[in-house]
Amino acid sequence: MAKIIAGIGTSHVPSIGLVHDQGRQNEPDWKPLFDGYKPVKTWLNEKKPDIAIVVYNDHGCDFFFDKYPTFAVGAAENYAVGDEGWGRRPLPDFEGNPDFSWHLCNSLVYNEFDITVCQEMSVEHGFLVPMHLCWDYDEVWPVQVVPVAVNVIQHPLPTALRCWKLGQAIREAVEAYPENKSVVILGTGGMSHQLNGARFGHLNTEFDNNFLDKIETNPNVLTEMTHQQIMEQAGAEAVELIMWLTMRGAMSENVKRIHRNYYAPMTTGMGLIALEDSASSEHP
Amino acid sequence: MAVQLDKSRPIADTQVFGPKESRRGYRLNKFAMSMCKPENREAFIADEEAVLASADLEDVERQLIRDRDWRTIMNEYGGNIYMIMKIGAVTGHGLYQIGAHQRDETYEEFLATRNAAGAK
Repeated sequence: MAKIIAGIGTSHVPSIGLVHDQGRQNEPDWKPLFDGYKPVKTWLNEKKPDIAIVVYNDHGCDFFFDKYPTFAVGAAENYAVGDEGWGRRPLPDFEGNPDFSWHLCNSLVYNEFDITVCQEMSVEHGFLVPMHLCWDYDEVWPVQVVPVAVNVIQHPLPTALRCWKLGQAIREAVEAYPENKSVVILGTGGMSHQLNGARFGHLNTEFDNNFLDKIETNPNVLTEMTHQQIMEQAGAEAVELIMWLTMRGAMSENVKRIHRNYYAPMTTGMGLIALEDSASSEHP
Repeated sequence: MAVQLDKSRPIADTQVFGPKESRRGYRLNKFAMSMCKPENREAFIADEEAVLASADLEDVERQLIRDRDWRTIMNEYGGNIYMIMKIGAVTGHGLYQIGAHQRDETYEEFLATRNAAGAK
């Protein structure tokens, strides 16, 4: 059967993508961010997961407000790198696993998650930045992917608890998959930031560090947060953090922390946490 | 059912992008989304007035784009930052310039408020 071996929470700030493409990772103000991912890259390179489920949000690349799904799951052979308005980034497209994706979609729908199934989907910075922060690539990526897009940009959004339950349903689906596949799940976005109004640039490093503590050791308290509470404390766009709860909901209660990093240079708290599933470490 | 958005606790200097904003901003945001196509970006850069004239926008919305009035677009006309940034991509305004304008600061003033402004 398939199993979830690891979970990663990470920001997906778009400027990281530009710096990556321009090869500026060692500039003094960027180095603390990129260095923070090196242990995770090494760890993933050792673990070699077969599939990455990436929980992210589309920022107006493949989805617009004519039809904006609350939860959308990719079920494609391939996922193209999209054009968000600045041209296509020089990254390889992604290989999907339609059998696994359709299994996941079946299981989620019968578990009462009424997702949108996507047989064509282009992916953008919310998905791309975490991928190149966590994996090296050449002509192809070393892992198959399943994009899971969540509406965190047009209220009403799914609740934090709903995102957590989605994670639990994903775990159930993964464990029921008949093939031996090792799966890593990424919850992306955040941390504290606000991009609208005169409060543009609001940061809350105390909130972010507390979130990093709790996502590891006591995630249930985070599922009780309302969107209002998150936005008041951490900025309107910090609601993206509910996607980290999908990652954590898909993991065992006890996890082993592999790495953690935090850096807040400009307008976003850039957080990273890498967790190993305890069920996975007991039965390697 | 927990109240997710508490109307009795408005967050200062903040536009929460919800039903009212999405309806008000639909045309502007849709126009911005059209800039995901390279041919539309090229057309805008080549002849902004022609593109604005044929766009499904109100005159006041056309003028807001001509004026690069990000603050009003965001605060009063339902702009969604992720969409509006795509207009910035063809007018030469990045996220932090749009942000500085929303804060009523110069770009330099805004950068001076950051922890490590080289990370841009």
